[in-house]
Amino acid sequence: MLVKKMMLSATLLGLFAMVGTGLVAITYDNAKGRIAQNQEESLQQSLRALVPATRYNNDFSHDHIEVHDRPLLGTGDPVIVYRARKDGKPVAVVIESVAPDGYGGPIVLLVGINYDGTIAGVRVVSEQETPGLGTNIEPDRTHWIFSFDGRSLHNPQLDKWKVKKDGGIFDQFTGATITPRAVVKAVRNTLLYYQQHRDALFAAKVPEKTAVKHEDAKHGG
Amino acid sequence: MADKSYSEIAYDGLWGNNVTFVQILGLCPTLAVTNSLINGLGMGLATALVLASSNTLISAVRHVIRPDVRIPVYVLVIASLVTIIDLLMNAYLPALHKSLGIFIPLIVVNCTVIGRAEAFASKNSVGRSFADGLTMGIGFTLALVLLGGMRELIGSGTLFAHSEMLFGAGAKDFTITVFHHYQGLLLAILPPGAFLGLGLLIALKHFIDAKVASRRVSVEEPAGSEATAAG
Repeated sequence: MLVKKMMLSATLLGLFAMVGTGLVAITYDNAKGRIAQNQEESLQQSLRALVPATRYNNDFSHDHIEVHDRPLLGTGDPVIVYRARKDGKPVAVVIESVAPDGYGGPIVLLVGINYDGTIAGVRVVSEQETPGLGTNIEPDRTHWIFSFDGRSLHNPQLDKWKVKKDGGIFDQFTGATITPRAVVKAVRNTLLYYQQHRDALFAAKVPEKTAVKHEDAKHGG
Repeated sequence: MADKSYSEIAYDGLWGNNVTFVQILGLCPTLAVTNSLINGLGMGLATALVLASSNTLISAVRHVIRPDVRIPVYVLVIASLVTIIDLLMNAYLPALHKSLGIFIPLIVVNCTVIGRAEAFASKNSVGRSFADGLTMGIGFTLALVLLGGMRELIGSGTLFAHSEMLFGAGAKDFTITVFHHYQGLLLAILPPGAFLGLGLLIALKHFIDAKVASRRVSVEEPAGSEATAAG
């Protein structure tokens, strides 16, 4: 009797689990295409914000490679580098580097660098900084992040790539120095990385796996 | 147990048995996201949607579920529901999902949802359970909007900042700057401000309830009638 009751309950629970998982699987299967498309659009939007579409004519968001450099790019994980070209000539790169020492953890950035080594723009991909203080690095809160535009390793000189409090030229926020300090250092290090690897970055081939996907996308389109 | 009327269900959900101020359930999302009015509103609406649908579903299968496995079944139903809503929003409302995305998984751990499933939906008809979920959800939303609005006003001196995350690009100028050139009181936006604000709002609710009760007594006493137990 007891065994029968247990079996019945277990069967019931199993049925619910199967129906629930099944519904989730069906929804996922139907939604995943749209989700991937949305992500792709959102990526292209943020890339175009850094390098306007008029400046390149390659498949910018798919022309990417993965690189490793923990000291300069701030993470041990592979870092994605997107490459913009016009008629095959290098125009700019966008490097998804990390400021590892933010106040609330790592800050993921998109650093756009023109071929000549000047900054095309910087955007924040994700951060967990203090609301109202560190979050002022977000472009919809203050214009701070735009103070990098047009800068390079010679403008200002390397030792001035700091916040004002540390003797540099970049503003900090009232009550929040750690966040801007981390971002300034990360952008500077990304520039150093670019300076050391520029030609290799543009020459590197798109890895096999992505290349195949790229072909598929072309066929699909 | 006599069935509750729909007006009683609505009164309990919105005020009498308010999720946040009376049951004090779901504190994790309540305290975590209410640093602005819009965040509170988004979290509240998403929770209300899940509450209404999970109550309806669980009430519909309440005769099939065996009592000894009811809690795992609730967990399964709620988790599947939240995951499906999360996926659908990600696919068809990407802008809204981007701003609410981080909150949606939090709903699974909101004990309000399983609490209403156990306390109400497992014993009541589908219609009543839907009404209970909906009004409980709206009551929760109101509480989050109040708390978020209060913290945003004190913390940054604005209201409705970043409305565009919820209502699209057209809502960019919904922001009301109440205090100009206001430095902001950081405490209100940081987590301790959430606890202080919630405490103040609960105290305010008790104060209003006590005022209403004492007025009712003073009105009814001269007539000599006994105050009917409303609570």
